[in-house]
Amino acid sequence: MIAALHKKPLAPLKDDLALAASGLDSLCIAMLVAALDDELDLDPFSGRSLTSFPVSLGDFIRLYEHEAA
Amino acid sequence: MKPPDSSLWAEIALTSPAERFLAGSGRLVLLRELAGAAAIEGGLERCRGKGVLLHMSGQLACALALLDLDGIAGRLILCPPGISPAQLDAIIDDTRPDMLVTDEPAAPGMAGLPVLHCGTAPRETGGRPAYHAASQWLLFTSGTTGRPKAVVHDLASLTAPLRGAAQFPRAVWSTFYDIRRYGGLTIFLRALLSGGSMVFSQAGEAVAEFLRRAGAAGVTHISGTPSHWRQALMSGAAETFRPDYVRMSGEPADQAILDMLQSAFPAARVSHAFASTEAGVAFDVQDGLAGFPASLLEQQSGGVELKIENETLRIRSARTAAQYLRDDLRLHGEDGFVDTGDVVALRDGRYHFIGRREGVINVGGMKIHPEEVEAVINRHPAVRMSVVRGRPSPITGALVVADVVIRPEWLAGPGSFETIRDEILARCRDALAAHKVPVQLRRVASLDLAASGKLLRSDA
Repeated sequence: MIAALHKKPLAPLKDDLALAASGLDSLCIAMLVAALDDELDLDPFSGRSLTSFPVSLGDFIRLYEHEAA
Repeated sequence: MKPPDSSLWAEIALTSPAERFLAGSGRLVLLRELAGAAAIEGGLERCRGKGVLLHMSGQLACALALLDLDGIAGRLILCPPGISPAQLDAIIDDTRPDMLVTDEPAAPGMAGLPVLHCGTAPRETGGRPAYHAASQWLLFTSGTTGRPKAVVHDLASLTAPLRGAAQFPRAVWSTFYDIRRYGGLTIFLRALLSGGSMVFSQAGEAVAEFLRRAGAAGVTHISGTPSHWRQALMSGAAETFRPDYVRMSGEPADQAILDMLQSAFPAARVSHAFASTEAGVAFDVQDGLAGFPASLLEQQSGGVELKIENETLRIRSARTAAQYLRDDLRLHGEDGFVDTGDVVALRDGRYHFIGRREGVINVGGMKIHPEEVEAVINRHPAVRMSVVRGRPSPITGALVVADVVIRPEWLAGPGSFETIRDEILARCRDALAAHKVPVQLRRVASLDLAASGKLLRSDA
């Protein structure tokens, strides 16, 4: 949805897809993080548990899975 | 030789007091009642040459105290409304008053100061004390947090911008502002010096009630911030009110509010002005368009000079306050220009205010002025008012979010808020760079205004 709003072509979503290659820029990712925070009340980026920034889509999803657990 | 009496009271005595009045909520005082009378009890002689702290709850009592004291007291310290006890302590600490004048019935003896009571029923005193000298007037800048900064004026610097202004004898003035702040005070002085009357607003009074009271008192000239006017239009009471002159200042007026006011008051002259506590009244824009013509930069109307430096508006004029009270604060630069901190951008021959230098939202290093986004949002016909602020983002430092007040009639029809929201965001995406488009648009019932009448801009 965010990609569509910003008219960005979204790459096929695979676990090893690099976020940088996903078609989403940092603004889109910031929006995605804000939207997930609102929807799920989860913000793994602002907590202390974040040790490194996710690089791939798989990292990104695991970050949220870990935070939700 | 004694200087000629140039006090506020002497100024009024020059114009005919006749049936002129000052009105608060539930109380009206005729100016002619004030001859040979004082609202301050216990003798004005005690204030001769002294530093007097005016700590008042009502504007009418404050106005009467100013009339009593100007030209008698050495220094009038105008305590702004709604300040915290800590800010009051800071004011007392910075200004070292000798006396306290208050309208509170049982005023605590603040900082051990002698207390004089001031009511709204002037009593005969048998004559006004002899003129002493021009009083200093200490006003405070309108920041809502931190230590208030005292700016030193006197009646001459406060009234300089009003001297050449059009006279409206028998006009009844009013304002949403408080006369203890620069914007409101200049309107009060203009009313008094131009032969008019004045209706004061009352803290905590509903906008609709104030407008009904103003309408009933025959108010012809009224001013407020664009946010005040959005609230006023929302209140429904504006429809029963027919002013001749409507003025906005204190915040940039966008085209939407200018158009809405003109359509609500078709017979009124709608203008917007730029003024600040430090720089005085700089200019009035009367052509119904937002921003101000770039040609103003080349003119020196009324002794006011404008320039743009580092994108901010600078003003030099005789109306500029003499100084900040504290020596360590500098009011103007070497060249005498005051930096207003208001950022402007040139579009189609006009300068538009795009925000306060310090109000910017930083999204990944890109600066956004909330007012620029608000102007786009406010152009949607369903929007009454909006406030744009930064939301902390772990990714980009901040993101832009908006709270929006929707006109109720738009929600009563078939259109849902979701539809309106999508339309507003579509307009934002058309008009603004991606990082300026709100990532969240929340519907709120109302927006808070600070005591100064400006939108409260606190970051989420």
